[in-house]
Amino acid sequence: MAEVSYVKASRIFSGNPPVRAVDELSLEVSDGEFLVLVGPSGSGKSTALRMLAGLEDIDEGAIHIGGKDVTNVPPKGRDIAMVFQSYALYPHMTVAENMGFALKLRGVPKTEIKAKVEEAAKMLDLQKYLERKPKALSGGQRQRVAMGRAIVREPSVFLMDEPLSNLDAKLRVETRANIAALQQRLGTTTIYVTHDQVEAMTMGHRVAVLKDGLLQQCDTPRALYDRPANAFVAGFIGSPAMNLKTVPISAEGAKLDGIIVPLTRSALDAAGGLDEVTFGIRPEALGIVPSGEEGMDMTVELVEELGADALVHGAVKIGDASQRFVVRVDGRTPPTLGQHVKVAVRDTTEIHLFHPESGERLEA
Amino acid sequence: MTLDASSLKVVQAGGNRLRRTDRSKGASVALHATLIVASIIAVFPVFWVFVTSLKPDARAVEPTPKLFNESSLDNYTRVLSGEKGDFLAWFGNSVVIALMTTVIGVFISATAGYAASRFRFPGKRGLMMSFLLVQMFPFAVLIVPLYNILIALGLNGTSFGLVLVYCTTAVPFCTYMLKGYFDTVPSDIDEAGRVDGLSPFGVFWRLIMPLAKPGLAVTSFYAFLTAWGEVAFASAFLSAADESKTLAVGLQVFVQQNRTEWGHLAAASILVAIPAIVVFYLVQRFLVQGLASGAVKG
Repeated sequence: MAEVSYVKASRIFSGNPPVRAVDELSLEVSDGEFLVLVGPSGSGKSTALRMLAGLEDIDEGAIHIGGKDVTNVPPKGRDIAMVFQSYALYPHMTVAENMGFALKLRGVPKTEIKAKVEEAAKMLDLQKYLERKPKALSGGQRQRVAMGRAIVREPSVFLMDEPLSNLDAKLRVETRANIAALQQRLGTTTIYVTHDQVEAMTMGHRVAVLKDGLLQQCDTPRALYDRPANAFVAGFIGSPAMNLKTVPISAEGAKLDGIIVPLTRSALDAAGGLDEVTFGIRPEALGIVPSGEEGMDMTVELVEELGADALVHGAVKIGDASQRFVVRVDGRTPPTLGQHVKVAVRDTTEIHLFHPESGERLEA
Repeated sequence: MTLDASSLKVVQAGGNRLRRTDRSKGASVALHATLIVASIIAVFPVFWVFVTSLKPDARAVEPTPKLFNESSLDNYTRVLSGEKGDFLAWFGNSVVIALMTTVIGVFISATAGYAASRFRFPGKRGLMMSFLLVQMFPFAVLIVPLYNILIALGLNGTSFGLVLVYCTTAVPFCTYMLKGYFDTVPSDIDEAGRVDGLSPFGVFWRLIMPLAKPGLAVTSFYAFLTAWGEVAFASAFLSAADESKTLAVGLQVFVQQNRTEWGHLAAASILVAIPAIVVFYLVQRFLVQGLASGAVKG
């Protein structure tokens, strides 16, 4: 067990111009923490993880594990275990051999290896499969073997590179909970990469959002959701995505179709001097109101029923352009297609304002 | 969704069944006839060599050949007893040279193929191109330069020198073949191995080599055959002493200026073919898999 820190670590891929896949990443992960790296594809999250594993060079900066500089240490000297997206099980070895391989390389006595493999197998419900080859296992079982291989080693850090993305949806939700519980139990520092923000939010103690190799924000899931640092994080975290629209503002508030949404003093101060802001509101902070009340006119274009609730997609006029909004409504009484409804902001404290150009969050 | 997928499968299965019964009787007969003729063309010469090997020389070539005419194993005993030349020594030489070619050639090819498959290094393209290019030279062109090189190395007339010469033929082909094979082994496996504590060579030796068994079997077979049946290099580079000949060179003693000992030649040929058949038998289950490549299951 150990803490991990990235100190302005960069990975630059040669090319013309060179690509900064990870750009001066600085991140502190404390001992026993579950940190999730999340971002769209090409954001550098996997590269960042592979740098920590020693599978990618660190071109600038440094990486420390347990207080020790490992920037130039090969993977086998870093005391880490990694779970790959493809699991990367050794096809010519049985499950038990796969799980015990790292210990065997370290020269651990056979009986001890056997005991450790059995203990891990018990934890992961793999006892029945120990003598099988990976090809005779289902996807979920393979995933558990990959986890087992990491656990058996008792490393100081677990690295997981999208370990759930090859599982079907139901199994993924199940395994997600299992991994989080396992991490809790073992208390091993874990860095987990995913592109799925739901995974990130549900599993991580903290979540680091990356985009184009740059760290956008690193905070608890709650804080990311409530106070996204910029428009990118606001749009990326939360499902469905936050409605982000550029709207004109005045001293009274933000002007949307037919209504003026009042803004807090501090927000207005932060937006001082701007004619327009990026106005963000989550689908769950909007609601459909009776036709007599004040609200934006929306024409329903699509209704996605999720059971407990429904997502209503519709067009709202802002200025001259028609903009699409998503509203989360009660699942039992969704509006019908083509219907005209009134949409209002339920709670003005849930409004997020961002700079229209830089995307930075306005208000302190 | 499920419904769609399953109904699609049914259609597909139906389609296959249709295709199988699709062939008419006439087509079936024609197809089988063609296959039978092709098989006979392939098998008959070997069969006839076998038949000849059981006949005395005088009966080997007749205007009206008979299948079994004064058949006996005399030819075999005479060939093996060394009456016509030191057959067993030739055999031993061939086995040693072919096995050394196989082991050295495949080891070099595997390391080169792995490097070409996994690493980026300057001159990689040039190296692979040159491997292709050398395949285009006819053997005859190479004899003189190779002879000079062997003399310079002090290896002319030695088995090891000949092994190196065979490796120059086997290695380029085998490297290509194995590179293709290693390409199908996901590099995640390498990385998992490195994280688990293997050195780069350890990854190659303990993970990649066992996984590439089918590819190694195919290339071993090729390397073995390259050395086993080769005549031109062997007769040019080995010393003229009878006991240092390989089988393919030794067989020539049965073909003299004025007369050919067909019976002995045939018997020796059958004996020569046996090790090749054994090697083939050992690797055949990998052959289809290896030649079809991509045998790694996701």
